Amino acid sequence: MSAENDPAQRVAIGISFGNSYSSIGYTTGEGRAEVIANEDGDRQIPSILSYVEGEELHGGQAKTQFVRNAKNTVAYFRDFLGQEFKSIDATPCHESAHPLEHESTIAFKVRDSAEDKENEVTVSDVTTRHLKRLRNSAAYYLGKEVNAAVVTVPTNFSNAQKEALNKAAKEAGIEVLQFINEPVAAVLAYDARPEAKLADKIVVVADLGGTRSDVAVVASRGGIYSILATLHDYEVTGLKLDQVLIDYFAKEFLKKHKSAGDPREDARGLAKLKLECEAVKKALSIGTSANFSVESLVGGIDYTATINRTRYDLLGNKLFSAFSRLVLHAVEKAQLDPLDITEVILAGGNAHTPKIASTIQNAFPETTTVLAPSTSTTAINPSELSVRGASIQASLIQEFELEDITQSSHPVVTVTPHLSHAVGVLCISGDETNGVFHAIVDAETPLPVRRTAIISTPREGGDVLIKLAEGLRHIKVTKPEAKPKKEKDEDDSDDSDDDESDEEEELREKTWKVNNVLSEAAIKGVKKGGKVEVQINIGVDLGVNAIYREVGGKGGVRGIIAGGKAANGSA
Amino acid sequence: MASASVQINLPLPVLPAGWTAEKDFKPIGSLSHATDRNIEPVGPHFLAHARRKRHKRTFSEDDRIQAQANVKKIEDDDEGEISEPEDPLMLQREAKDWKGQDHYAVLGITRYRWRATEDQIKRAHRRKVLKHHPDKKAAKGGTEDDQFFKCIQKATEVLLDPVKRRQFDSVDEAAEVEPPTKSETKKGNFYKLWGKVFEAEGRFSRQQPVPKLGNEKSSKEEVENFYNFWYSFDSWRTFEYLDEDVPDDNENRDQKRHVERKNQNARRKKKTEDTARLRKLVDDALALDERIKLFRQQENAHKNKRRLEKEAEQKRLAEEAAKAKEEEARLQAEKEAAEKASKADSKKAKEAAKNAAKKNKRVIRGAVKDANYFHGAGDAPASQIDSALNDVDVIIAKLDNEEIAALTAKLSGAKGPDAIKQVYQEEVKQLIGAGKLKEGELKSLS
Ligand SMILES: Nc1ncnc2c1ncn2[C@@H]1O[C@H](COP(=O)(O)OP(=O)(O)OP(=O)(O)O)[C@@H](O)[C@H]1O
Ligand SMILES: [Mg+2]
Repeated sequence: MSAENDPAQRVAIGISFGNSYSSIGYTTGEGRAEVIANEDGDRQIPSILSYVEGEELHGGQAKTQFVRNAKNTVAYFRDFLGQEFKSIDATPCHESAHPLEHESTIAFKVRDSAEDKENEVTVSDVTTRHLKRLRNSAAYYLGKEVNAAVVTVPTNFSNAQKEALNKAAKEAGIEVLQFINEPVAAVLAYDARPEAKLADKIVVVADLGGTRSDVAVVASRGGIYSILATLHDYEVTGLKLDQVLIDYFAKEFLKKHKSAGDPREDARGLAKLKLECEAVKKALSIGTSANFSVESLVGGIDYTATINRTRYDLLGNKLFSAFSRLVLHAVEKAQLDPLDITEVILAGGNAHTPKIASTIQNAFPETTTVLAPSTSTTAINPSELSVRGASIQASLIQEFELEDITQSSHPVVTVTPHLSHAVGVLCISGDETNGVFHAIVDAETPLPVRRTAIISTPREGGDVLIKLAEGLRHIKVTKPEAKPKKEKDEDDSDDSDDDESDEEEELREKTWKVNNVLSEAAIKGVKKGGKVEVQINIGVDLGVNAIYREVGGKGGVRGIIAGGKAANGSA
Repeated sequence: MASASVQINLPLPVLPAGWTAEKDFKPIGSLSHATDRNIEPVGPHFLAHARRKRHKRTFSEDDRIQAQANVKKIEDDDEGEISEPEDPLMLQREAKDWKGQDHYAVLGITRYRWRATEDQIKRAHRRKVLKHHPDKKAAKGGTEDDQFFKCIQKATEVLLDPVKRRQFDSVDEAAEVEPPTKSETKKGNFYKLWGKVFEAEGRFSRQQPVPKLGNEKSSKEEVENFYNFWYSFDSWRTFEYLDEDVPDDNENRDQKRHVERKNQNARRKKKTEDTARLRKLVDDALALDERIKLFRQQENAHKNKRRLEKEAEQKRLAEEAAKAKEEEARLQAEKEAAEKASKADSKKAKEAAKNAAKKNKRVIRGAVKDANYFHGAGDAPASQIDSALNDVDVIIAKLDNEEIAALTAKLSGAKGPDAIKQVYQEEVKQLIGAGKLKEGELKSLS
């Protein structure tokens, strides 16, 4: 075993490696995740390398090279790892070094040495160089060599992609302890906070990054996470939002300087616009207006302007609502209703945009908490969620042998039967004689599971009946009183009064239907005001072991409901 | 796995009387199937899970394979959809002619057209971007030609914008389904042929879902609903996609306004034509729909039956009425006859009584003579005769026919003047008793 592979010698960090930005983090001795700033003071380090006369620039410094040295600047390459040329989307690289087909992989042609010669640098090599820079920054900050990391990846990163990344990391002197899914890292970042309470919930992680947006619906049950559905979109992106501002300022510029050329048609003009517009967009996340200022935008003309947030909100509206549709679509894909969603964690840099958070909040019922800087004071910086999650995970597993970690992440350990319906008891509410279902174990809870419920009894105590049942979540929709449909006249006022808000909103509520009664049990002679404790244990074979007793009372009832399913089986 | 406690504040139900179970527990059902999912190997609670699951166990290769066999897939395959072949002519299109392009063909989703979901359009777009990105073509030594790529972008822009998509879908000829002719319908299956037509037309409906044409088993109500729906069809179809381009420059405002007005009129005209077209289409379908005929026949049969029943009932009623009338007439006649008969009888009786009375009176008066005018012995003087006859007449006048008959009978039984006189005197006494005569009024008999 080499020195780096020895857990005792390990210094592990968390790495979030995005197409646009990367971050590095670690967990302090007190168990707090910290994001590390690089030598430039950046915590969001652009995933960019640029070569100037043999010198390698990285991060923010490389990014400025888009203007003068675009050809030798490599950006937006992460997703190319482990892919064939035919399956990559070259769009984001249009204004910098273009990806090329290189043997069975992908490369960029750049002048990366002092020699006047272009070299084809493979995406793996670019990644290695980038990770090396990240590793060095972390080592510099921590004051010790870094040799291992937990790295976040999108949920649809293929095994080939992970393999390529793993190799590139190794080349950079980083042993990847584990790849973890970005949305799960975000959930972990929130759950690892000391004030966080362990609760069963459904969380949607909606990540609006630079070149893609990703949505994941995650069931969180007793601190165990299961992804129920995901969606990915490469058209609703931060770059598109930048483009909206680019078009806006270009048009404003053209209005003012009629004889000047369109800055978008000039490579440098466009590069300057891009950089400045991204900065403006970020400024609008905090301020209600922002300044745009570029020296020599095109034809030597300096251009300054201001924009207020309302304008930007309007310009970006189509993309904001497309993002919100995407999020709702993911919920639908998980066969859930917005009412089922406890939290939406907004992640990715663009989650800083207030209008995105409010659009999402409007798409969900009030019962759903939207965690974003503008909607929640306790929100974690959305740009740091991945790296924080990775850092926490790194601290949790860094003392394990790599083999041990690999074994534990194998499907033989991770594949688990999940309850298809909630299991609970029937209680009495109002004058209902049938009883209302109250969940004790939620649907999508991995097995085995144990849950306990403390249940009230009738005012006078006495003998009570405890019916265990499966509950089906049902969305009750109450339509508003139907308004008389207005007659459409045959005249020509056709497009004048298209229906906008003349439809009243229907009332939607989450209710339960009893699917299947599992068992009946009696607890006799409950004291006045007494309570009953029900403990449910459900095994992987779907067998249920239930224990009932009066709280503080003696004895109790015990029952077994046969599972009839072999362990590990499923329908 | 971690345990948590749920607090439930609604009370449990009271145990129903008579509920019993061995050891107070009764199993009834069992849990529905479970779904195999991957749990994320992340976080402190997962570590505990892994420890428990791996505890003192070694997994066989078979276990390892089995574990993944049924696991629920979360990520979609990108290759999930068949790609349509690209027409070489289409690949040579110029982006500036985007209005004339078939956006669905450009994205390779002509098998979906208006049915394509946002998701399908996005995936199709991505597939095309991966294939046709000009930078990739250039990198492979191709030309810098980005015309078709721009066509792809335009197609996506139109199809992902709900307003623009409707404008295009409104005039997407390839999505149209021509209604079959009368003879085609007769030869083929009405429901199949017209079902497709209505499905295609239904894409323009503001009201969704659109009722289905159904089949020969559809109920009358369903069929009526269907045609009612189509006769009051609320269509979002618009025709601005066919607008003539409005000049962009600000120079010629009049020209601009002119084109705009022309466009408005053209749109309205097309819309009117479309409404008429649809109405005719529905008329045609209705005319060919066997169910309508059947329902009409059934209706007619039903009506006929009702009419016949009604007629029969009327006939019966008429007959009954006639009978009743006849009976009434008969009864009337009988009654009249009876009346007539009884009238005749009473007349005879009266006559007879009259005659009898006349006879009796004669007897009574005759008896006065027999009683020698109540004069005793010797010839009675004229005054006595007058008085006696007068008095007897007074008696007769006071008596009805029966009394007269009774008196006559008594008189016939009386022999000799004294006896006769006595009979008269008794009669007088009776009449006085009845208050019909006064004492001493009849001098001859006092
Ligand atoms: N404060 C901010 N306000 C608004 N947008 C921001 C802010 N900070 C970063 N962004 C935007 O977020 C995007 C980057 O997101 P993120 O840091 O999540 O990158 P990433 O994961 O590398 O993205 P991807 O892999 O999708 O390219 C960029 O479009 C950037 O402009
Ligand atoms: Mg990201």
